Amino acid sequence: MSLLIGLYVFVLAVFVGVEVITKVPQMLHTPLMSGSNAISGITIVGAVLIAGRLESPLSTWLGVAALVFATINVVGGFLVTDRMLRMFRRPPPKGGEAGKGSGA
Amino acid sequence: MRTGLFLTVAELLYILAAALFIIGLKRLSSPATARSGNAMGAVGMLLAVIATLVAERILSPWAMIGGLAAGGAIGAVLAMRVQMTSMPQLVAVFNGFGGGASALVAGAEYLRTTEATPALDFAIIGVSVLIGALTFSGSVIAWAKLQEVMTGRPITYPGQKLVSGALLVVILLLGVDLVLVGSAPTAETSIAAGALGGGGGVLVALAVLSLVLGVLLVIPIGGADMPVVIALLNSYSGIAASATGFVLRNNMLIIAGALVGASGIILTRIMCQAMNRSLANVLFGAFGGGDETAGGGTATGGTVREFSPTDAAIAMSYAQRVVIVPGYGMAVAQAQHGVKELAELLSSKGVDVRFAVHPVAGRMPGHMNVLLAEAGVDYGRLKEMEEINPDLPHTDVVLVIGANDVVNPAARNDPGSPLYGMPIINVDEAQTVVVMKRSMRPGFAGVDNPLFYNENTRMLFGDAKDSVAKLVQETKAA
Repeated sequence: MSLLIGLYVFVLAVFVGVEVITKVPQMLHTPLMSGSNAISGITIVGAVLIAGRLESPLSTWLGVAALVFATINVVGGFLVTDRMLRMFRRPPPKGGEAGKGSGA
Repeated sequence: MRTGLFLTVAELLYILAAALFIIGLKRLSSPATARSGNAMGAVGMLLAVIATLVAERILSPWAMIGGLAAGGAIGAVLAMRVQMTSMPQLVAVFNGFGGGASALVAGAEYLRTTEATPALDFAIIGVSVLIGALTFSGSVIAWAKLQEVMTGRPITYPGQKLVSGALLVVILLLGVDLVLVGSAPTAETSIAAGALGGGGGVLVALAVLSLVLGVLLVIPIGGADMPVVIALLNSYSGIAASATGFVLRNNMLIIAGALVGASGIILTRIMCQAMNRSLANVLFGAFGGGDETAGGGTATGGTVREFSPTDAAIAMSYAQRVVIVPGYGMAVAQAQHGVKELAELLSSKGVDVRFAVHPVAGRMPGHMNVLLAEAGVDYGRLKEMEEINPDLPHTDVVLVIGANDVVNPAARNDPGSPLYGMPIINVDEAQTVVVMKRSMRPGFAGVDNPLFYNENTRMLFGDAKDSVAKLVQETKAA
């Protein structure tokens, strides 16, 4: 894969990201942040490669350290986001709808 | 690396994972679909890891399994234990780990370089280590400030920008050196490589100085500007992952990193706009800085009118519309549960209760919404600033809990105020404003708040949690 193709992919992905994320409401900015943060743990892919490659002890150690870091990021990030999103709920119609209706 | 079918399957899995990330993020745009969106992201991540295991021959599975198990356990414990009020710190920590991982992977890739490695690759490795390391140390400092391990106030010294700038120049020179040594690995081509023991030494020096730079860049930023810093570090951790993707020639990393980079940049922009300040001003302005007494309590003077909890409870109980404006003070006092109870109580009396959340209220974007959701407040009641402002003139009572600068009318009508131009929640337009506050101390920006002296403002002094508890009691009685 050439670097130039990588650059195409990068630029297009940035545009997709901007389009998708601009639509996220302020209410969900914290989950957006921690969820996207978990996605940035994608380095886990690189870390898996290196930790499993058995090239030199130093390389393996770097790989394992990277793997621990990235896995904390991924597992922790997705779990905590889920914990938060579970809390965003609507209680049984009566209370919530009344509040909303008269406010409009 | 394997070949043929394995590689094709892996690439297809990567594409599927990328699609899941994008759809997952898209589903985060509504509370009703957000949870499934996050789950899709997690599935995407799992597929990406599986794809990697398919594409590559794993020679030493034990190191890998150990790393995954350790990281997974630590991450899970942190995620399950954290208090919702500490969410900004945790996100900062996770950001840091992501950035750190990217730097380490790039470092390990450096060990594989040979004389045949193109010069550009050394440059990308340098960039990846720089951003990754800076994200790591910057996040640690952000964590320390939020956790109050260190002061939340800006730490400044003369020539600060100059020192940081000079450090960046040195790091960039080391990067150039790394490329030069890489493409012609004889010691004479590089003074630094000679002194530091080859190209590896140069990279280590680059990494260390990047760590220092991360610290220097975050220490001058004050606590209330943390939403911007966390958003920015979020973006950096994405860019670091992308850079590592270029090092590894892996599209998956490039795409996922770019998505996160974009998300962080957008949030950074939104936060800056919500404070009417440029990013440069947030990063280097040392806002709310050193002089704690600036604009001290009595500068504006005027009479302050007080309310007892009973007065406030009666005013709200007999109101038609009440708007509650939460701020960081509510988080500090852990008052969100009491606030929810109060809102329910008022609702049951037929009062229309809504919450007005300023974009930068709290210590990270959306912080207040998460706390109120945790307490069980129906998210239909949470309104954004633009939505609530037109309703405020017909609102009977506004209850401000631990918010200050985001409701300061000086931002609207005092061109001399440092807050001037910042969009605020116009609580002063309501019939009555009840401000819950510990004391008359100015807010984070160190700016006095003329709201407190307004004709229609009543101060309710005391700890937010206690005061809310008293309000609940008095409202029951009223």
